[in-house]
Amino acid sequence: MQHGKRGPAFWLLGAFFCLFVLFLYGPTLTILILSFQGPGGGLTFPMNGVSLHWFRNLFEKQMVGDFAGSLQRSMILGVAVMLVTVVASFSAGLAFRSRFRGSAIIFYLAIASLIVPSILISLGIGLLYRVLGWDPAWYSSAFGAHLTWTLPFGLLIMFAVFNRFDRRYEEAARDLGATSWQTIRHVVVPILLPSLIGVGLFGFTLSYDEFARSLYTAGTFNTLPLEIYGMTTNVTTPVLYALGTVTTGVSFLVIALALLSVTWLRRRRARHGSDAGKAA
Amino acid sequence: MNRVKSWVTYLQVAPLALVFLLFLIVPIATIVVVSFFDYNTTQIIPAFLLQNYEELLLSPVTWRTYQQTIQFALITWALTLGIGFTVAYFVAFHVRSPTMQTVLFLICTIPFWTSNVIRMISWIPFLGRHGLANTTLMNLGLINQPLEFLLYSDFSVVLAYVHLYTLFMVVPIFNSMMRIDRSLLEAARDAGATGWQTLVNVILPLCKPGIAIGSIFVVTIVMGDFVTVRMMSGGLSASVGLMMANAMSLLQYPAAAANAVVLLLLVLFIVAAMMRLVDIRKEL
Repeated sequence: MQHGKRGPAFWLLGAFFCLFVLFLYGPTLTILILSFQGPGGGLTFPMNGVSLHWFRNLFEKQMVGDFAGSLQRSMILGVAVMLVTVVASFSAGLAFRSRFRGSAIIFYLAIASLIVPSILISLGIGLLYRVLGWDPAWYSSAFGAHLTWTLPFGLLIMFAVFNRFDRRYEEAARDLGATSWQTIRHVVVPILLPSLIGVGLFGFTLSYDEFARSLYTAGTFNTLPLEIYGMTTNVTTPVLYALGTVTTGVSFLVIALALLSVTWLRRRRARHGSDAGKAA
Repeated sequence: MNRVKSWVTYLQVAPLALVFLLFLIVPIATIVVVSFFDYNTTQIIPAFLLQNYEELLLSPVTWRTYQQTIQFALITWALTLGIGFTVAYFVAFHVRSPTMQTVLFLICTIPFWTSNVIRMISWIPFLGRHGLANTTLMNLGLINQPLEFLLYSDFSVVLAYVHLYTLFMVVPIFNSMMRIDRSLLEAARDAGATGWQTLVNVILPLCKPGIAIGSIFVVTIVMGDFVTVRMMSGGLSASVGLMMANAMSLLQYPAAAANAVVLLLLVLFIVAAMMRLVDIRKEL
């Protein structure tokens, strides 16, 4: 839009933006630093030496509950939710390209799933299992509860993606004699791969960090966010921050992996031209 | 051919529909049914009673709690809207290179993919009695003793809400802004509008859908929240979610269910009002 010199509005807004970023990341950076607190240090500054004491502490089972176990459960659950979210959203996205009876209902259910407060879903599933006499568990009821949160995001992303998708690629594939399965496998999926990775990122991280929807659905064994929450009430040492650092580290690793693979795919496509995109 | 095609379509949408049926519709229906049940200290008893609703709606505590929750939602909404709009406006209209826009947008969204509980914990070293805020203020000589209201108060609850949920405003508003045809802004400038007039008369009206979507997210999340209130207020503030969680921990499931139904109706009412402003399907 405007060219030439930056006005005062730019610098004012830029400063506001920087403050906002500081506000977003500052606290997390602080606990990152404090998690390396020396063995005698407390929950606030000053740093009392630098050590890995609290990280070691974290992996000693008796000290802080079942960190390793809950981390493992959250990882498995996150991967499972991610896979189901990617497959179910992609397939529903395909279905929504043609009008079918009940499509409006399913669309509004997805919206409802987003706006019904998480605690109500959690409560409802917990009550349902109680009424039926089943035991809730992280791999059954919590799994379903997480899907009600990740699938609407997945579906909305797929809508946006298919709205921008050029159907001529598919027609070309069909004209060349591809079956519908081959068209999807060799044309649609490769073109949409970056978006599918994005949906997967949503699926994993939203499940890995979900608290409210796990609350009454996880059953006997805690997922990681529940475990962390439990710790906040009875742990008053920097081990809490070590836990925060490790958890946030895992999140950042997953985000970085997703972003890198998307960038890599884009670059490769720009260099070679994609088989699919360019209809070679 | 057509018959086969529609059969495939239903198969494609079946997994999604099944999840919503089993884990959304049936659980909500269960809440509604259980809200009419009777209960004693050990079990819930199938019945059709209005007693749970009577007890809920006749208690002044309920009204106070709902009032406080709505107040939290309103304050959070105003703050996240103001901050979110400003941030989105800067990235969409003042940053010129598309790559830079993407990078800044990602910087704003990355925290969304990390743990809320951890992000709340991370305020402790800042706001605590001996935290950074108090030490700094005392070193500057502005206060003589630590401010007690920084952590474990309504202030820290709202601060955490803004910290966690401004993202939900930034993303849809940014999306709306990026769709605005840039020639409209040029036209406004050519017609003699100042930057401020363009913002108020051109950009703001065109951002309404984004604002509505962001508002729906923020308001529904705050209305149903319980963990932020419990962690950041240290049990000093109340919220509807917390009230339900307390009933659940006392095994008063039907009481919690009745409260859940009232909350759900309230939230749906608010959302319906905001949806009048926007057609979500057009926004994708």
